[in-house]
Amino acid sequence: MSSSQSQQAVKMGFATRLLVYGILLIVAIFYLLPLYIMIVNSLKPLVEIQQGNMLSLPHEWTVAAWSSAWSTAQIGVEPTGLKPYFLNSLLMVVPAVFIATMLGALNGYVLTKWRFRGSEIIFAMMLLSCFIPFQIVIIPSARLLGLAGLSGTIAGLVAIHTVYGLGFTTLFFRNFYEAFPTELVRAAQMDGARFFQTFWRILLPNSGPIIVVTVIWQFTNIWNDFLFGASFSDADSQPMTVALNNLVNSSTGVKEYNVHFAGAILAALPTLLVYILSGRYFVRGLMAGSVKG
Amino acid sequence: MSFLNIQNLSKNYGTVPVLKNISLEIEEGGFLVLVGPSGCGKSTLLNTIAGLEAINEGTITISAKDVSQLHPSERDIAMVFQSYALYPNMTVAGNISFGMEMRGVPRDERDRSVKQVSDLLQIGHLLNRKPGQLSGGQRQRVAMGRALVRKPQVFLFDEPLSNLDAKLRVDMRTEIKRLHQRLKTTIVYVTHDQVEAMTLATKIAVLKDGVLQQFGSPAEIYNDPINMFVADFMGSPAMNLLKGKMSVTGGKTQLMLGQNEERCVSIDLKQTSAALKIYKDKDVIFGIRPEALTDFASASYNGASIVKVNCLIEVVEPAGSDTFAITKLGGKEVVARLRADANVQAGQYSDLAFNLDKAVFFDPTSQLRIA
Ligand SMILES: Nc1ncnc2c1ncn2[C@@H]1O[C@H](COP(=O)(O)OP(=O)(O)O)[C@@H](O)[C@H]1O
Ligand SMILES: [Mg+2]
Repeated sequence: MSSSQSQQAVKMGFATRLLVYGILLIVAIFYLLPLYIMIVNSLKPLVEIQQGNMLSLPHEWTVAAWSSAWSTAQIGVEPTGLKPYFLNSLLMVVPAVFIATMLGALNGYVLTKWRFRGSEIIFAMMLLSCFIPFQIVIIPSARLLGLAGLSGTIAGLVAIHTVYGLGFTTLFFRNFYEAFPTELVRAAQMDGARFFQTFWRILLPNSGPIIVVTVIWQFTNIWNDFLFGASFSDADSQPMTVALNNLVNSSTGVKEYNVHFAGAILAALPTLLVYILSGRYFVRGLMAGSVKG
Repeated sequence: MSFLNIQNLSKNYGTVPVLKNISLEIEEGGFLVLVGPSGCGKSTLLNTIAGLEAINEGTITISAKDVSQLHPSERDIAMVFQSYALYPNMTVAGNISFGMEMRGVPRDERDRSVKQVSDLLQIGHLLNRKPGQLSGGQRQRVAMGRALVRKPQVFLFDEPLSNLDAKLRVDMRTEIKRLHQRLKTTIVYVTHDQVEAMTLATKIAVLKDGVLQQFGSPAEIYNDPINMFVADFMGSPAMNLLKGKMSVTGGKTQLMLGQNEERCVSIDLKQTSAALKIYKDKDVIFGIRPEALTDFASASYNGASIVKVNCLIEVVEPAGSDTFAITKLGGKEVVARLRADANVQAGQYSDLAFNLDKAVFFDPTSQLRIA
C-alpha cells in the first residue's frame, strides 16, 4: 500500500526538493517559535527573563513556575493556582462532550433512518444553529439559565455547551448515517431489535470515525471557550480559560512571565493530548462521513 | 389452502403508486419467485411482506393469520438481503445469533443453533471472523445462516445472488434449491434474472411497473404468456415477436409476416382457434420461441404442426450445446435454436421448421394474448 503510493508520488529533482523542504522548514520554525519560547521561559527563574533575551535556553533549569502556576499562583483574590479551575474545566467538558455526542448520534440516527414528516426542516434548523454567533445568545441564555436555577454553576455551563454543540454533532452524525446502509437497520429490525437496541448494537459500534471527529471537535471548542465561561460562571465554577486570564491579569506585584507561560501551556495541554492521541482518526473520520462506500 | 396470501395489496410512496392491487398466494413449502425488470417494485413487495414497509391497502396473511400490521420481528419470517447486511462489528457467530439474543434465547441454546446452522452451510471454520474478512460467497452463506437459524415460517430473499460472480451464482442457486428441498420452508424470492426464476420457482409472479402481469407455474409462464411483456421477458434468448397479417382464403388461414411485399413470408396456419379467426385481415403479433424454430432433424414430429420455411441465415452463433442462427423474417431479426452440429452456414439458405403448436399470438395494440 505505502510502497505503491510512494511509487505514484510525483518525481522531483534534487533542487526542487531542496526548495520545498527549505520552505517547509522555515514555516515550521515560524510556527514552532512561540511554543519554544513558552516552554523555554516557563523553565527559567523570573530574573533570567527580566534580564532580557527570551530566546536563550535557561541557565538554571527549574519547574518552580510550573508548580506555582498549578497550585499556588494568585488567581483573582485566591492563591490557589490553576488546579481547581482545571478540575472545573474537566467537570464541564467531559459531560458536555459526552451528552452532545450521544444526542447528536441519536439525532443523526432518527434523521436518517426514522424519517418523519418535517424531519428535513428540523435538520435545517439545527444546522442554522451552527452559524449563530455566540455573542447574540448570551443574554437570553443567561436568562434561561437563571430560570433553570443553573446560573453560575458548572451544570449550567454543561447545559449551555451541550445545547450549542448539538447543531454540529447532529450534522456530523447525520451525514455519517446518511451513508450508513439502511439494510443493516432493516436486518436488525427483522432480528427483533427495537429502536434503542438497533442504535446501541448496530449503529454506534460502527460509528468509530465519526465519534472521534465529534469528540475532538467538541472537546477543543468547549475546553477553549472563554465567552460562555466568562459570562456564566461564578468565582468557584470558572473554567481554566477564565482562570488563566485572571492569572495573567492579577495586578499584585510583578508580572511573573514564567508562571504565565507555564499556565498557558497547562491550559492547552488537554486539547494537545486529544489531538495527538486521535489526530489520525480525525483526518480519516472527516473523510469517512463525506465519501460514500 | 394457501399459506402466504396477499390480497389486493397497494403501496404508494407519497402520491406515487409503486404497487397496484396485487394478489398472490403460495402454498406451504412453495417457492414463489417475484421477477421483473429493475424498478418494478419487487423489493418493495418483499419489504411489505417483511413488514419493513407499511402498506396502503390490502392484507397479508401467513398461515391464516393477518400479519399486515405486525412488526417485522413478530411475523415469524427471516430475510436475506441483497447486500447481505451482515453486522460489520460482530463475528459470524455473533451475526447468526443476534436475532436469538434479541429474543432472549439462552446462551447454550444459541450456541447449539449456531453450530447446527454452520454445519449445514459449511461455515463452521468462519465463526470467529468478521464479515470484512470473508469472500462474497462466504458472506452469502453467513447471510443465509442468519436467516436459517431462526427456523421461520417464511424465508424472504432479495436478489441474494446478484453480487456473486457467474460461476458462484450457479452453484449457490443449486444450493438454495437443495436447501429448500431439504427444509421445505416456504420461500419468497426476488430476482430480475428470469433463468433464476425458472430454475427455482414452484410459482412465478411477473411484475411490471407495480402491476402483477402473470402469476403461475414456471411452465405456464413460459409456454402460455398472458401478454407480450411476459413473453418477451421470460426466456433467453427472448421469444421472437413478429408483426404479421392474418388472411383467410378458401378455408386456408395464412399469416403474412412483414409489410414489404417482396420480403414477405407467408405461413400456413393449420389449426386456428376461433379467437384468432376474428383477426381476419388484421394485424397480429406472432410469437415463437427460438427452440420452436429449429432445423428439421431436431424438430419433434409427434403431433406437432410443423411448417417449413426457407430462410437466409445471416449469422451463426455456436454456443456449444446449441447453435443459434439469426435470420430475417419479413424484415425483422429472428433467432432460431438449432442442434449443435446443424449444417447451416452464414449467407446460405436453409429450411427451418416452425413448430406452430408452440406459437402464440398477441393483439398489437392491447399486447394481450389472442391465442
Ligand atoms: N423510499 C422510496 N421513496 C420513493 N420511491 C421509492 C422508494 N423506494 C423505492 N421507490 C421507487 O419504487 C419503485 C420500486 O422500487 P423497488 O421495489 O426497489 O424496485 P425493484 O426491487 O423491482 O428494482 C422504483 O420506481 C423506485 O424508484
Ligand atoms: Mg430491488
